[in-house]
Amino acid sequence: MARGALTTKNRLNRGDNAWAYVFIAVALIGYAMFTAYPFISAFIISFQEYRPLGSEFIGFDNYADIFKSELFHKALWNTVIYTVLTVPVALILSFAVAIMIMPLKKWMQTTFKAVYYLPAVASGVALSVVWLWIYDPLQGGILNQLISVFGIENQNWLGSSKTSMFSLVFMSWLSSHGTSIIIYVAALLGIDESYYEAADIDGASFWQKMWHIVIPCLKPTTLFLLVTGVIGSFQVFQNAYLMTGGGPDHSTTMVGLLIFDTAFKYFEFGKAAAQSLVLAAIIGIIAFIQFKFLGKDVEY
Amino acid sequence: MALFNNHLGNPTFKYVRNTVIVILLLLFALATLFPIYFMVMSSFGDPIEAGAVSYSIWPGKFSLESYKFFFNFSEYSYRWLLNSLVVASAVMVSNVVFATTAGYAFAKIQFRGRSVLFAVLLAAMMIPYQVTQVPLYILIVNVFEIQNTYEALILPSIVTVYNIFLAKQFMGSIPKEILESAKVEGASQFQILIKIIMPLSKTVMAVMAILTFMDTWNTFFWPFLVTNTMDMQTIQVGLKNFRFANTTYFAPMMAGATISAVPMFILFFSLQRYFLEGVTVGAVKG
Repeated sequence: MARGALTTKNRLNRGDNAWAYVFIAVALIGYAMFTAYPFISAFIISFQEYRPLGSEFIGFDNYADIFKSELFHKALWNTVIYTVLTVPVALILSFAVAIMIMPLKKWMQTTFKAVYYLPAVASGVALSVVWLWIYDPLQGGILNQLISVFGIENQNWLGSSKTSMFSLVFMSWLSSHGTSIIIYVAALLGIDESYYEAADIDGASFWQKMWHIVIPCLKPTTLFLLVTGVIGSFQVFQNAYLMTGGGPDHSTTMVGLLIFDTAFKYFEFGKAAAQSLVLAAIIGIIAFIQFKFLGKDVEY
Repeated sequence: MALFNNHLGNPTFKYVRNTVIVILLLLFALATLFPIYFMVMSSFGDPIEAGAVSYSIWPGKFSLESYKFFFNFSEYSYRWLLNSLVVASAVMVSNVVFATTAGYAFAKIQFRGRSVLFAVLLAAMMIPYQVTQVPLYILIVNVFEIQNTYEALILPSIVTVYNIFLAKQFMGSIPKEILESAKVEGASQFQILIKIIMPLSKTVMAVMAILTFMDTWNTFFWPFLVTNTMDMQTIQVGLKNFRFANTTYFAPMMAGATISAVPMFILFFSLQRYFLEGVTVGAVKG
């Protein structure tokens, strides 16, 4: 009997292996060529001084350069500052907005979600072009007009090393919360109603429900957004590249941009590969720490 | 009841509370939308140099001269839109097809090496793109020597791990009894994929199509690296070139930005449901 069932099953599944390999063939070839090979290649290049015809192995020189380089330290520091200023604010903002959306009617929820998501639909280049004009340092610049209402004098937003980093951060505050708002709303809708009912019976206030139900239930979501947010922020380069070019005086040079410049401005591929692997290691360590300390009672 | 108390005894309180909330949300929405509003509104200004312009946040005049100015910048400016369309469509189609097939295999077929291969694929999501970018550039430009071609723009994103993951997650919830009974009826895996899996996976396929199209349309970095003549550039690269060549022409720059963004706005508003669904599919468990 058992044997019969087994052979039937075998007969039914005959050819499955072959089909499965056909189904994943393109994905695997694409992956091998455009992800796995470049990844391995990055390690090799990082030990070389790259030349199109015959690179030369130089051992750990590229890595030694990085750790000695003041610019790399500065870029790393800038990246940390940018991350600390953007990621937590984005999380708190999107959490607050998601909570405030909850008691509204369905059509209002949808409209607000769409509105907040809209900047994520526009291309980064288009947004950077617009923000460049918003930050126009002349008196007529939009932001300068706005702050003059409050009696604050003209700022050279992107052109001064005092305000350049803040300008990039401020832009991120206003254009990168769409995704996390939507994710938070979905997570809030997923909380079991019975928790609230039980709390109501006990006469819990809004803030008590918030503290004892919402925040614990949303911990996995927050962790997910935090980890992906930090990882994303450590790779940031497009806005800095398009708006300040890393300046003035390297005040907005972040690691992502430094790697880009090393590779495609100075064509030092070996050094760029080494920098990118150091960045990858740092990101890996940070993600690990976040999971270790915050993910204790989060189950996946 | 829910998180918010309904204040049954006190409807005024509920009304005031909701009004305050809506006002706060509207203010934040205003700040979010302002750059986009400013972009579209200013694009209808005259194409004169910035020194002569005083910015206003109110719509003044309606002229299409700045759009003309943008398109006249290069003889290839229409071509940029076409290139973006071609590349985004090709990447979209290949991703939907190959991520669907791969997602199905990983979700529902017990083949040898399945879990190892899937783990290897997932591991790629942890690699920052900076790591693979330089070697990938060398591969495309120095080894394959296909820079400045559609292949160079399309091939590296032929199917992304993220899309495979999305498809697998979605298809995991299709009951296996359906597939087993189809097998008993004598259907091959290919027939099962076409006749059962794909009709049941329309949502995830639409989500993948839309998000992939948008990402590819908006991508700047890769096309910027591998194209070196204006006729092969995409609209994002073209817009960047225009900006650096005409640093003082305010309204035409806004017109260019609007042109690069509006197709995605239209797509977004007509297929909003899929966009918003797509964001959550990958993030929220279950």
